[in-house]
Amino acid sequence: MNTQNLSIRSNDSQPNSLTRRTFIKGAVMSSTMAGVGFNPTQLLASTPGGIQNQSHVQNTKVLSGTEFHLDIGTSIVNFTGTPQLATTINNMLPSPTLIWREGDEVTLHVTNHLDEMTSIHWHGIILPFEMDGVPGLTFDGIKPGETFTYKFKVQQHGSYWYHSHSGFQEQNGMYGSIVILPKQKDPYHYQHDHVIQLSDWTDEDPHDVVKNLKRMPDYYNYQQRTLGDFFSEVQENGFMTAFNNRKMWNEMSMMDRDLSDVTGATYTYLMNGANPSTHWRGVFKPGEKVRLRFINSSAMTFFDIHIPGLKMTVIASDGNLVQPVEVDQLRIGVAETYDVLVEPQHEQAYAVFAQALDRSGYAIGSLTTDANLIADTPELDPLPILGHSDMAMDMSKMDHSMPGMHHDMHDMKVMPSMEHSQHQEMNHDTPDMSAMDHSQHQEMNHDTPDMSAMDHSQHQEMNQNTPDMSAMDHSQHQSMNHAMEHDTPALKQRLQPNANLEVADWPVEQAKIKWGPHTNMRAEDAQYRLSDPGVGLRNNGRKVLTYADLRNLYPTNLEPKPDREIVLNLTGNMERYMWSIDGVPYSKAEPMHFKFGERIRITFINNTMMNHPMHLHGMWSDLETGDLNYLPRKHTIVVQPGARISYRVTVDAKGVWAYHCHMLYHMAGMFRKVIVA
Amino acid sequence: MNTNSNTNHFTKQPGLYTQLRGVILYSLMISATTFSNIANAGMMDEPVVTKVAMNKFEITNANHNPKVWALNAWVMKDIQRLVLKSKGESVDGETSSENMLLYGHGIAPYWDIQLGLGYDTHENDTHNWGVIGLSGMAPYFFETNAYALVDSDGTLGLRLATEYDTLFTQRLILSSELEANAYSDDIPELQLGSGLSSIALGLRLRYEIKREFAPYIGVEFHKTYGQTADYHKEDFESALVAGLRFWF
Repeated sequence: MNTQNLSIRSNDSQPNSLTRRTFIKGAVMSSTMAGVGFNPTQLLASTPGGIQNQSHVQNTKVLSGTEFHLDIGTSIVNFTGTPQLATTINNMLPSPTLIWREGDEVTLHVTNHLDEMTSIHWHGIILPFEMDGVPGLTFDGIKPGETFTYKFKVQQHGSYWYHSHSGFQEQNGMYGSIVILPKQKDPYHYQHDHVIQLSDWTDEDPHDVVKNLKRMPDYYNYQQRTLGDFFSEVQENGFMTAFNNRKMWNEMSMMDRDLSDVTGATYTYLMNGANPSTHWRGVFKPGEKVRLRFINSSAMTFFDIHIPGLKMTVIASDGNLVQPVEVDQLRIGVAETYDVLVEPQHEQAYAVFAQALDRSGYAIGSLTTDANLIADTPELDPLPILGHSDMAMDMSKMDHSMPGMHHDMHDMKVMPSMEHSQHQEMNHDTPDMSAMDHSQHQEMNHDTPDMSAMDHSQHQEMNQNTPDMSAMDHSQHQSMNHAMEHDTPALKQRLQPNANLEVADWPVEQAKIKWGPHTNMRAEDAQYRLSDPGVGLRNNGRKVLTYADLRNLYPTNLEPKPDREIVLNLTGNMERYMWSIDGVPYSKAEPMHFKFGERIRITFINNTMMNHPMHLHGMWSDLETGDLNYLPRKHTIVVQPGARISYRVTVDAKGVWAYHCHMLYHMAGMFRKVIVA
Repeated sequence: MNTNSNTNHFTKQPGLYTQLRGVILYSLMISATTFSNIANAGMMDEPVVTKVAMNKFEITNANHNPKVWALNAWVMKDIQRLVLKSKGESVDGETSSENMLLYGHGIAPYWDIQLGLGYDTHENDTHNWGVIGLSGMAPYFFETNAYALVDSDGTLGLRLATEYDTLFTQRLILSSELEANAYSDDIPELQLGSGLSSIALGLRLRYEIKREFAPYIGVEFHKTYGQTADYHKEDFESALVAGLRFWF
């Protein structure tokens, strides 16, 4: 194991600076800021015991090579002014950044110095199931005092992470990032490479967090509707309109400000282990290119990331390269990763600003030309308010009904060609329309798989500016589409049907859903919302990344058609704080059986008002973003509130695998065991 | 509970608090063991959770400054719960109370059906009930409880209560509570008459220092009807209240 000391300093604002040069040479990282000596004995894992016996947490270091020693213990951290015990690896929070090399066999000796069971799961890593690290499923867990040795061949490259899969240790600090260097160089050049690991920290015992949610589901929500909000709506729109706007929510006993279960009321948001006051810093020289590897290691927090003054070029998602797409902002779900390139030009500090989805707090750091110079904190965006589409309500039943809308159009199984005349009718100025606009838009957009340039420009226009939809030249669009079909025979052969046009000639399986007291919402009209950036990001004047923008850098046209489709309903009752799949929690569910070698299409329907990042262990999830030729490959797929989404899985890994929502407090019930035989 | 019964003489009911404490401690014990299992096993989707909520714990400015409480405690697993409810008042160390021990089962997302026993105390007398009820959240966020009671003589009782929270700010919250009680026959030992016996409206403005801890001030209006009113000196009373709302 090669322990590299990178920029050890007196304060906690630790840049995880990995320059490309040092990656390749494997040399000791140069400190970007004034270094202070560190005590090597403090790197040893602390022994469990009272807080007075604990070592203070160390700054995260980079470990590279093929053999690693990871010691799980506890360390004293202080993110809020009150010292607390965190669960840490090698006394660091985040845990050490591991650098692997594609093609290497890595050996990781994990020793448990805690007085409870532990485990490490390598998130998104393709490996034999015995090495996957899910206690009770793929191995027995690591008992106190024991060492478990993980050993597997690295078959991929990109940005990933690892974390405990035991209890709430992940919430308590046990997560680190993995950077796998490619065998063949990435087609990108950059001078700096930073991991930006986002997380949420609470001083509370995570067990208490669950108890609080069970006792009072809105325990952490301090952004609820007040009487004043209602009065200002009355003033603006008159009493009846204000009342009617509230009507559906009130009748369903739901809140349009119910955005996150756990919020900044208890969380301190961290960027590479630095809270907003210690402030992470990465140094660059003007004109240099910087790769940022965003990794969301939160227990419960979605972040909206933007860097005021900089465009971000998204080049990878969940470790896998995608066709570059330039955005102003992106939402990263729990457990997702996004790699972006930025090119700061000016001698200044740029804020890397990651707002919690519910705007109850933020993580922040700076890309700066001077380590002593940090960026001002940008203003938080306005509080997002959930719309009817987030509840998947059938809009024809709504009060402000929109004549001319044909909802059956949205049945995506077989997608007929667009009725362009509809766009005229859709040009209403209702914010809730966005979801609908986008789903339709998406269908159109991807009629033409290879015209990426056009897609994106039009896309952007429509996405940002719904009312402008009428301005789109549909006839042109159609004619281009037409032209494509008569393209060279070679190209035609390569093209497969559009994902949304493809006729489902495979069997579709759906379990009977148990509706009842444990499910408080039913998505009557769940739509594909791939080009919906999500609540709070719609029409915000920025180009926001959506799933519809993600296209694999490499063709996926050789992937076979699905052999079958499984429809899964995400269900829950937020009032009782219960989560399940198809109305059945994990403890009462039968395992799912996948056949080795088959290709499955999985469709999720989200019958809740929360985002659920669904994570299938051991196999890739090839997300249908519109173009079957370039399915982006992910390990974690966010299913938006009230939405539906489909992806394909090649069942190429025998064994027992976990399949679950990665929101830590949803996971107990929203979980399935998958058996591949 | 009626606020003007303080003119009467009560005998002490010492057993009540002791019993309550027992239930609370037992619940906490279950809760503690269950949650430690989660940490070890990794997954447990139906944890046993307890909540002991003292929704009212107050003193009023009525004669002899009665002390009033309203407690709602439960142990819940999945959609089943064991509920203990107790409310009443204590004047000069003597209490009068309505208590229920219920088994609740979720029948709808926001509703439990509850079944169990009721135990009222008043002066020297006690009264037993069989209870069936609905507890939950009605549309428009009305926390609602409706109980039908029957005793061994076949006397029926109906107790309805609904509460609505208005947020002035995220922490300054006005709770409005409306209660109505009715009985099929006279129950002299409880000083209750047949028909609609009483309606009470309480407005309590609390400040949540923490979610679990909120001092409040408020006003309570209470009106008795028919025969029930005859048992009391006045059929209408209003009182100022000050107290604490807390839960754990």
